[in-house]
Amino acid sequence: MSLRSVVIVGASLAGLAAAHRLRDLAFDGTITIVGEEESPPYQRPPLSKQFLTGDWERPRLDLRIQRQDFDWRLGARATGLNVAERRVTLASGEHVPFDGLVIATGARARAPAGFAGRNGAYTLRTVEDASAIRDRIARGARKAVVVGAGFIGCEVASSLRKLGCDVTVVEMDRLPLLRVLGERLGEVCRTLHEAHGVKLELGIGVDGFAGSDAIEGVRLSDGRVIEAEIVIAGIGVTPNVGWLEDSGLDLQNGVLCDATGMAAENIVAAGDVARWDHPRYGPVRIEHWDSAIGQGEAAAATLISGRERAAAFDMTSFFWSDQYENKMQLVGMPQSPDELRVVEGALDERRFVAVFLRGGRVTGAFLYNSMHRVIAYKAMVDSNAHLEAKTA
Amino acid sequence: MKVVVDMKACMSNALCMMAAPEVFEVREDGMLYILNETPPEELRAKVVEAVRLCPTQAITIEG
Ligand SMILES: Cc1cc2nc3c(=O)[nH]c(=O)nc-3n(C[C@H](O)[C@H](O)[C@H](O)COP(=O)(O)OP(=O)(O)OC[C@H]3O[C@@H](n4cnc5c(N)ncnc54)[C@H](O)[C@@H]3O)c2cc1C
Ligand code: SF4
Repeated sequence: MSLRSVVIVGASLAGLAAAHRLRDLAFDGTITIVGEEESPPYQRPPLSKQFLTGDWERPRLDLRIQRQDFDWRLGARATGLNVAERRVTLASGEHVPFDGLVIATGARARAPAGFAGRNGAYTLRTVEDASAIRDRIARGARKAVVVGAGFIGCEVASSLRKLGCDVTVVEMDRLPLLRVLGERLGEVCRTLHEAHGVKLELGIGVDGFAGSDAIEGVRLSDGRVIEAEIVIAGIGVTPNVGWLEDSGLDLQNGVLCDATGMAAENIVAAGDVARWDHPRYGPVRIEHWDSAIGQGEAAAATLISGRERAAAFDMTSFFWSDQYENKMQLVGMPQSPDELRVVEGALDERRFVAVFLRGGRVTGAFLYNSMHRVIAYKAMVDSNAHLEAKTA
Repeated sequence: MKVVVDMKACMSNALCMMAAPEVFEVREDGMLYILNETPPEELRAKVVEAVRLCPTQAITIEG
């Protein structure tokens, strides 16, 4: 079937990347981009970093739109997909027909029970969320609790310290970022945050929240209450698949697609919403900037080439995080490594590189203030390079 | 084609270097260096990719 119209649902990073790539590939049919948010696509990473601290203002967040010939439908939420009839339904009741569809609805922040709707209680996913947190602090909130010590929680803690808040981070695991980075690197993160005056409550759960309309504190599972004027939860995300419920697509932890990004005939998915059958990692849902763009572009190529000629998309995942003055980069997905080896510098130095090994092969690399080495380590992860056992 | 980077916006996270190492290099001092401000036309696709990947939208192509 020849493709005359493509509809992209989700007007953010992955959706825009797909739209750009469709035009790169000389697709000259209509491209309609449907997005629930009112604002044109913007960057989310600064929401926990430069935008939260006030170093950047709103206009700096806009993503570059390199083409004029996209048909924007902003402030429009998709509510349904009919695969057989090839149309998307919007909240207004309108049906939008398509020949090809890109699903790029991303993910939303999860909130702990009893959290949402309270004054002073926030999650962080949209520019409105970040603005509300900034406002609250500008109006004098100083006692802050961050729930969850993943990358977002750690970045928020760092930004709030910069704004002069007292910050406590509560994390169920024994160490920050334990599940992603493991014991020894988690320890590096703990030391880093403590050195910057963050109080860490580790290995303990949140039982509830004190206060009524306005949040007044966070109740821990051992009964203690940490007083708070502002609480930010960074406990992970849920893929936005609700609108696809009746579509018949496999929606377990995101829209399942094959290695080429295809979820059904002429329907592709990309970005945080997609569970991609990665040639090396198996089906994974990756929530990174770089993969949202890469997947968006690959999905566009798949639509253009069609199922038979579509190429498997094999991309090493990459993530960066800025905390205080430090730059961290994680290359690859170190799934159950059996060794972490420090190959440059030392863990207690301001600069080091550590690689994750499995059976002597490099499956991932963590770079700390060592951006200049990223290409070298990415090549090792790409090729699953073998490292000689340490003799010392 | 001329490549311009807003150095005040750049956060040195090296995504551009991964896309077009012929043109962008983050060095040991943590700063970004442009190796070739007027790269040849055959590198255009890679530079365009760097523009899209740059998380601070710091890169522009003139011409
Ligand atoms: C605070 C924060 C900091 C981050 N920092 C980093 C970082 O340092 N490094 C890194 O690599 N990554 C980072 N990320 C992750 C990165 O921003 C995401 O991976 C990326 O935004 C995913 O893009 P996406 O287009 O798939 O989804 P999203 O950006 O989530 O966009 C999905 C869009 O779809 C819209 N939508 C949802 N449902 C519907 C519907 N039914 N109809 C119409 N529209 C709909 C949403 O409103 C949204 O605009 C960060 C994310 C956040 C939130
Ligand atoms: S990708 Fe952008 S922010 Fe990152 S180093 Fe390159 S120019 Fe700077």
